[in-house]
Order: sequence, then structure tokens, then C-alpha cells
Amino acid sequence: MSDLITPADEAGVVAAIQAAIAAREPLSIEGHGSKRGLLRPVQAARGLTTRGLTGITLYKPTELVLSARAGTPLPEIEAALAERGQMLAPEPPDTRGIFGVAEPATLGGLVATNLSGPRRITVGSVRDHLLGIRFVNGKGEAVRSGGRVLKNVTGLDLCKLLAGSHGTLGVLTEVTMKVLPAAEASATLAVAVPDIAAGVKALSAGLTSPFGVTGAALRIDPHGATALLRLEDFRESVTYRGSRLREDLAPFGDVSLIPDSADLWRGIRDAEPLGAAAEDAIWRLSIRPSTAPALAAALQAAFGARLLFDWGGGLVWVAGPATEAAHCAVTAAAAAVRGSFTLFRAPAPMRAAVPVMPPEAPALAAIAARVQAALDPLGLFNPGRMRSSP
Amino acid sequence: MIPLPAPKPEILARRDTIVADLHTLLPADAVIHETIRMRPYETDGLSAYRQMPLAVVLPATTEQVAAVMRYCHEQGIRVVPRGAGTSLSGGALPLEDAVVIGLMRMNRILEIDFDDRLAVVEAGVTNLGITKAVEHEGFFYAPDPSSQLACMIGGNVNMNSGGAHCLKYGVTANNLLGLKLVTPTGDIVEVGGDHLDTAGYDWLGLMTGSEGMLGIVTEVTVRILRGPEGARAMLAAFKGTEIAGQAVDAIIGSGIIPVALEFMDKPCIHACEAFANAGYPLDAEAMLIIEVEGSVAEQDALLAKIKDICARFDPISLKVATSAEESIAIWKGRKGAFGAVGRISPDYLCMDGTIPTGELPFVLKRIGEMSVQYGLQVANVFHAGDGNLHPLIMFDANDPASFHKAEAFGGDILKLCVEVGGCLTGEHGVGVEKRDLMHVQFHPHELDQQRAIKTAFDPAWLLNPHKVFPLTEHA
Repeated sequence: MSDLITPADEAGVVAAIQAAIAAREPLSIEGHGSKRGLLRPVQAARGLTTRGLTGITLYKPTELVLSARAGTPLPEIEAALAERGQMLAPEPPDTRGIFGVAEPATLGGLVATNLSGPRRITVGSVRDHLLGIRFVNGKGEAVRSGGRVLKNVTGLDLCKLLAGSHGTLGVLTEVTMKVLPAAEASATLAVAVPDIAAGVKALSAGLTSPFGVTGAALRIDPHGATALLRLEDFRESVTYRGSRLREDLAPFGDVSLIPDSADLWRGIRDAEPLGAAAEDAIWRLSIRPSTAPALAAALQAAFGARLLFDWGGGLVWVAGPATEAAHCAVTAAAAAVRGSFTLFRAPAPMRAAVPVMPPEAPALAAIAARVQAALDPLGLFNPGRMRSSP
Repeated sequence: MIPLPAPKPEILARRDTIVADLHTLLPADAVIHETIRMRPYETDGLSAYRQMPLAVVLPATTEQVAAVMRYCHEQGIRVVPRGAGTSLSGGALPLEDAVVIGLMRMNRILEIDFDDRLAVVEAGVTNLGITKAVEHEGFFYAPDPSSQLACMIGGNVNMNSGGAHCLKYGVTANNLLGLKLVTPTGDIVEVGGDHLDTAGYDWLGLMTGSEGMLGIVTEVTVRILRGPEGARAMLAAFKGTEIAGQAVDAIIGSGIIPVALEFMDKPCIHACEAFANAGYPLDAEAMLIIEVEGSVAEQDALLAKIKDICARFDPISLKVATSAEESIAIWKGRKGAFGAVGRISPDYLCMDGTIPTGELPFVLKRIGEMSVQYGLQVANVFHAGDGNLHPLIMFDANDPASFHKAEAFGGDILKLCVEVGGCLTGEHGVGVEKRDLMHVQFHPHELDQQRAIKTAFDPAWLLNPHKVFPLTEHA
């Protein structure tokens, strides 16, 4: 993309979109482009980046709310929160390693992709913590939805619609998030389990305990697997619950306590234990946790898939050869358990050739086309990013 | 009074044919058309507004809902969905030319899976009914609107209902996995699923809180959660609303997120105490009920921390419950707040704005001034952690002037909420009640953007066309 428009403010975004409307010229929409390798390649001659829209515009720690312009780098936001002992609770993954890029994600890019990490299982996703947005639609209008308060049911919730829409419905210019206190202490229990089925059962036992597990991942080892369960709270609570949870988990295998596990969970968040080779494709599946063993068996039989589970078994990272055959095996396995998938990383020709997420039922697809036209009538934003043109 | 759109004369004229047609689509006992039997459906929790519908249908299956929706779509007949009719914003208010689709017969629990922490229920299952079905295993469904004994999950989805425990557990939107619904054109579709975060547009999120304008929800897959080991409350009373607000800030700022953090002002404390004899301090200007969860030792530790924080704000009294019974006593007054106000006033309007929590002292001061100006009493309860304010405006419904004043007072409070950076409604929804205030919060083109999305789902504006948006040529 040689031609990148870089507005400095929302008025600049409006002007750029009005120019694109006049020229009937589609735009690729991005922040720092750190997840450009996700989903389908966009077919647009010109790009629009929000990287010029930066800065935290409101931060009220006691009201648990932070607003920032969409192009603000995530590390800047996380640092400001950490200074006041707070965090973005959904623990968004840092995908720079997966995509081999240097620049960090932006807040707008995070919302547009709705990617959440391990703590999602307990606290909810990025979209669950999204309180308000400002965006520019495909008519060149600046639109607000939501606000800066924690409870708001006023009108249709366009925040939900824009979150995870990958820049196809509007260009985010400012985002307001609910933020939460970071825990004083954390600890992780590691359970050596014989196989994936036993591992998912151990995770489920933790998540159905009254001890508030905030991370539940399953790492596949050469001769078995390790279920990892995290506790986060005040120090005395973590100590107490750790000992109680340890008793509950004993039937599933040898349990060990990892007192300082921040690096471990950072790795799981970023899918490092998946061990994907540089040339591998990566898929990210969301499934009902109890279907994980059957799905894993199907994928291992099909192409010796490498796997990493999070969210109690409900999130599956899959690595394997970047071939259409492997992709078909993944989509079939996901469909067999009524799950969802995204093709997370693959060479551009493959991403352009295959469906990168499950198809929608015809009645829903018809509504989707009309909703898209309601926000971006000319189809200017990120054409082809989520699905191929009908 | 808020106007309703004019009925379509051609529909009213064909009423007998329409009723006969509905009888061909549904079992005989599922169609109600006699005036006396339709009476229970003419209003909801906003009982100042009444309107008899064209007919009422009570389908028992998704397929029956779809058959009625297809028919109404083909015939251009308006449709108003209804759950238990507990909406405080007129969400279930009918139209003279509309068929009401009542979901109360769809009340089966289809599946409970503790290991996967989900339940699949039909739209007419009550909110509390879900918790009752899973509590024997120590589980619960988290959102707990105060109407939870009666209100139905389908209505909760459509209004994105909250409750007193949202600060920790979130609102309805944060506790759903999937929906089965019937579109305005009569297609049955599923959105979300039995897993988290479906790829593609977030139809589940958009449908939640859409106030029955985008589709008829017939089945809901909810997350169920394992409850904590226990919970306990404390009470803290202060000399002023400002200082009580500072105590709230200090608690949140310390890194503690209590499971509930309720604020009551002096008129509310007095009304509740007279009603429930809960032992509330009558000399306090403001009172907090703070609840924490965990083992007994964890509760002790958290309550001690919170007590230390409150002690810095010159409290009148601090009372930590030492048992579950004492906790119940502390909650007793708050839970009876609406009934308590109902006892001192023949009628009241329950408002529902949200404000940035830091604005509470200013907002309460302004509400007090307006109360004098309008000559109507008001009592305030407030979900202090999340900024959701419930002023109860007392009036006499037998006096039309009193009702109009109460509506105007309520409108002024909501405008104030928006002015200080908040919103018109935190959990009750816009419905018809706040429809004509939407321009206070949104620019015209922003309302048009929302209307365009409604049109994408419902091109003919047949489904609940008189709610949420100020009336236009559509409705």
C-alpha cells in the first residue's frame, strides 16, 4: 500500500472519507496495521490510518473509565493504567510475534478485532468492556454510540456492532473503555494430566469452583498435557483459594503451585506455547469446552495439528500446514461441534482463496448486507476483509 | 402524554379476518381477541399508558412465532412482542392495530450443562427461574433486575437488563452466549451459539437491548456461574451526600470491587425505615450498603478494609453484618424501597438515568432544587458503583396535573444526567417513556443511523415501531 492517508484528527478522517465518497474509491482502514495479516487481504488502492489520532482524552480511575483516540498505541494505555494499579481486564493478546511486525496494536485496532486473552473467561471480552465509541461512517458523518458511563441502554448499541467488525462498518476515532483494578497478587496451579479430555475436565472443575479462577488454559506437552489455572485477588485470598483449589484439582493429576506466573500467562495470551513454525498457518476457534477432545482428535488425525487451549477449553489455537486441505479440516471440525473459527494467519493467496470465518445463514446474510449498507452504503471500508464479495 | 402513531384504518377494518387467519396458524386457545380477555395486555410496568391491541397471540413454539411473523409481514400488520409485561419504560405497550405476541407459554428450560457453564431456555422462562433451576449445584444466573421474580429472559435480552450486582457480574449482554430468534420477515435464525465470541458481526450484542425492534427472541443460551462461598453486607451512614460519594470513590480507588454498592438518600432512608424497620440511621443524609463475597475469612478481611476506608469520611455509623441474617436485615430496607415509597405516596415514577459517579453530589443537589420547584417529593436510590441513578418521583395519578408535573420533573432529571456526561437510561430502556428525549442525547444524524439499522432488519417498520425513536414518517 503505497498511498496512506494519515489524518491528525476526526475532522481529517471525515474529509478523507468524503474524498473517497466523491472518488468512489475504497479504502483499507487500519491503525498501525499490526494485524494486517489477519483474515482476508483488503482490495483497496488507498489506505486510511488512524495512527495520527493519539492520546488519552479522559481517565478517571475511581469511575473505572478511560477514553483515548483510536490510534493511541496499546502500550501507552496499559502504562497509564498500570501507574494507577488498573488494567484492560480482557487481557488483549499482543500479536506482534504471530504476525512478525514491530509496531504495537492501537486501541482502535483492538476494538475493531475484539481480541481477548485468558481473563476473558471470567471478566468478558473487549466488547464487554467497551463503553462508548466515536466513528465516521461511510457517508462521512461522525457518529457517537454508548458513552462514558458503565450502565447505558439508550438506543441501539452500535458499540457491539462495530466491535469485531474489522473496520468494515466505520472508522473508529475515539474509544471509551471500562477499566478495572489489577489484582494485588496472583498464583497458578499446574495439573499434569494424561490427555486433553482429562485436562478440559480439570479446567472445568476449576471454573465451576467458587474460587474465581481467572485463567484456565491447557498446554499440550510431548507426553501429556498441563492444565493451568490462575487465581488473582488480594494476597490472602490467593493463598487461601490456592490451597482449596489444589484439593479440588488433586483427582485430575499431580498439582504444583507456580507462585509468580505473569510470564507464563503472557505467553499463553500471545499463543506462544502453540509453537507454530514460521511457515505454519494459525487458526483460532471458539467452541463449547466439552467438545474440545473430539475436535482435537479430528485435527490431529487430519494433519497432526499443534494445539493450545484457553478459556477452559473453549478457545483453541491451531497451527498446521498452510494448505487448503488443512483449512478444510479445520472448518469441518469446527462445524462438527457447531463452533466458530477464524483463519488467523496464512499467506495472502490462501487468505484470499478460502472463507476465513464461518458462513452466515442466508436470512442473516441478507440482513448483514443491509446493515453494512446502512453504515457504509458505497462499500468503501475494508472491502473483502471478512468475506469475499457475493 | 406521549403520542402513539396513528393506527392503519385498513388493518382495523380487517380485524375479524385477521383474527380468523390467526386461528388457522395457532391452536384455538392461543389467540385472544375478546376485549375483556385482552385487558391484561393493554399496559405494562408503566401503567400510566394503556392501549388495547388488535389481538393477542400466545405461541408455544418458535415455529408458531415464525408463522405469525410471516403472516403479519405479508399482511403489513404491526407486531408488539411481550414477555411478562414488567417494563418500566412502556416496552410492552401495544398499538391499536398491532398483534401482541406474548412469549409466556414458551417457558421450558431446554438444557442445563454445569461443566460448560450454560443453560438453554425459552424466552418465557423467568429470570429467577433460571437461578432456581441451577442453584442446587451452587450456580446462579447473574443479572438480577428487581423484577426478577416475574420478568422473563426474553424481555431481559431485549432491554439488556441490569440489577444490583452489575458492578461485578455485568449486565445481560455480558452473560449471554446465543439466541434463537424470528426476524421481522418470519425467518428463524440463530446468532452466537454455545461458545464465546462468534466470528463475524456481533448480532448477539446488537440484539441485546434492541427493545423488541429487530426480532422476536424465542430461545436464549445464557452463561451460568458458580456462586461464591458466601456474601455479606455492611452499612455505612454519612453526614452528607458529597462525603458519601467520596467514600465510594475511595473504595473503588483502593482496588476493591464490591459485588454491590448501593446508595440511598435521606428521603429514601426514611421511607425504607418506616416500611421495613431495618435499623437505618434516620439522622444520615446518605447511606451505603456494601456487599462483598468469598469465604468468611475473606469477607472479614474485605469488610475490615472497607470499614477502615469509610472511617476516614466521618461516618455517623458503620455496621458490619456478622451473619447472613444480619446481611438480610441490612438489605431488607433497600429491597423494599419501591414498596416503601409506594406506601407514602399514592403513585411514583421510577426514573433510571446514569451519571459519572463523581457527579453524584451535584446531581442530587440539583434534583433537590427541582423537587422544591415542582412541588413533588423525590427519593433517590443509586447503584453507586456504576452510576445508575433511580429517583422515585412521588405524585398522585388521580390528579392529571400532578402526573404531568411528575413527567416533566423526570424529563428534567434525565436531561441533567445527559448534561453531566451520562445517559437517559441505565437499565430500564427507552421504550415509549423516554422516546421523545432521545434528541437530548443524540444528534439527528445519529438517530437516523440507528433508524437505518432498524430498517435493515425491519424494512416496513412493523415490529414495535412506536418505541425508542421519536416518531417519524415510518411509524
